Amino acid sequence: MTGFYTLLHKEVQRFWKVSLQTILAPMLTTLLYLLIFSHVLEEHVQIYPGVAYTVFLIPGLVMMSVLQNAFANSSSSLIQSRVTGNIVFVLLAPLSHREIFMAYVLASVVRAGVVGIGVYLVTWCFFDVPLRSLPWVLLFSLLGSALLGTLGIIAGIWAEKFDQLAAFQNFIILPLTFLSGVFYSIHSLPAFWQGLSQLNPFFYMIDGFRYGFFGVSDVSPYLSFGIVVICFMAVSWLTLRMLKTGYKLRH
Amino acid sequence: MTPAVEVNQVKKRFGTLIALEGIDLKIDQGEFFALLGPNGAGKTTLIHILAGLTLASSGTARVMGHDVVTGYQEARRLLGVVPQELVFDPFFTVRETLVIQSGYYGLKKNDSWIDEIIHRLDLTEKANTNMRALSGGMKRRVLVAQALVHKPPVIVLDEPTAGVDVELRQGLWRFIQELNKDGHTIVLTTHYLDEAEVLCNRVAMLKQGKIVALDTTQNLINSISGISLRLRLSPGPMPVTLEPLVRSRSEGYCTLTVKEYSEIEQVLGALRKAQLRVLEMKLMQPDLEEVFVKIVGSKSDQDRL
Repeated sequence: MTGFYTLLHKEVQRFWKVSLQTILAPMLTTLLYLLIFSHVLEEHVQIYPGVAYTVFLIPGLVMMSVLQNAFANSSSSLIQSRVTGNIVFVLLAPLSHREIFMAYVLASVVRAGVVGIGVYLVTWCFFDVPLRSLPWVLLFSLLGSALLGTLGIIAGIWAEKFDQLAAFQNFIILPLTFLSGVFYSIHSLPAFWQGLSQLNPFFYMIDGFRYGFFGVSDVSPYLSFGIVVICFMAVSWLTLRMLKTGYKLRH
Repeated sequence: MTPAVEVNQVKKRFGTLIALEGIDLKIDQGEFFALLGPNGAGKTTLIHILAGLTLASSGTARVMGHDVVTGYQEARRLLGVVPQELVFDPFFTVRETLVIQSGYYGLKKNDSWIDEIIHRLDLTEKANTNMRALSGGMKRRVLVAQALVHKPPVIVLDEPTAGVDVELRQGLWRFIQELNKDGHTIVLTTHYLDEAEVLCNRVAMLKQGKIVALDTTQNLINSISGISLRLRLSPGPMPVTLEPLVRSRSEGYCTLTVKEYSEIEQVLGALRKAQLRVLEMKLMQPDLEEVFVKIVGSKSDQDRL
């Protein structure tokens, strides 16, 4: 386990040493979203009865930053190591593919957690956000960040260059998060778009996470939980296979 | 005794390119072994297969009896590799880098050994400097230190002295020789044939993915008979009697091969008769470079390939 623990520790140190860019910057971005959207929409929109739009928005934005940072951490670490070549130190060591997998995923979960808690704490100073069920909140944030951390490993291994990674992020991850109901309830959408949204796994992560705060959600949290678990298992299986066969890592 | 390295019928293809064509190689424990060959001959590919960085298309490789695929964890624990490229992690200092590398090998309390390799590689003053701030030579030393953190019995160095200044090169070799005396098996690739000749007891020469020579350094050198006589002469035609002795001509120099020292007198006599003046003369004993040129091709192949 020392090997796994060392790699996890190294990965956490990696983002911690540049926390201005990896923690504070995404926190600021999220808070700017909150400031602007709440200013524009506060008086026009009410999604759940008795819940102000800004308050509705906060859990979604927290989850969005959790997911995006989980993805950013593993993917950027891997692509940097591969482009600069220092991934060789991990590949030469007797680390198993499971140890490598767990270390990168957990480091992503840690960074996502730090950013998410940071955003939540700042908003908590200004807004009264209810917290109905902490277990659901923790469950969905852990599962969601683990899933995105795993997707980050896939992207970091698949991409040959930084712009390919950026494409993965901008054309897949970003649209899926933005269209997952961070800023709205999917019940406000026309039937077609509602149906389409339900094919987006990110929707279930956000919806389940939000349920933990308000006790209200678009679909049952148990359904969301089941779907997120299945997605996580499928993506993990694929990632473990890639690491085991050495896809793009061991030529 | 289990061989330090054992390679059986290893082949490697990259698409249509055949990098290795059925390599068989056995290196015993305690050897100081050189893999020589022009660029693209497959030296690095072979090393990468031993290290698990590349997967062989077919065949098997073992380190101290452990298969590099099925027993990869044991094989990697017993192997230390100094990669060819100057790679480093810019987030950490020298000491942090070595502590992390130890951890990857499952070693928690490795400080006294880390202190020792830092000291022996002359890195003490830079121990707490970030990797980014080090010169190329210093980074190279850290790479060597990283390969040694887990005290591997087999150490592989891929061009460890490329682009390294003379002083460091000598210090590095002294250190590696000490490790070899302590019982570590050393496998290296280098472009400096004089270094290989002095250091290594056995040599394999690779060409286009095949081993074309495999013997002790001494046997390979002994395989070349005769003494080389390198001359620069005043202009004029070479006497016909000397033509059969000429082995090569380049840039105004002419190299002749004679069997014995006494023949030199006859050569000089023939030149005097032809009224050619000797501007420069150098006698050369056979060396590994000559063997290399004979077996693998001209040395300039190395640069062209």
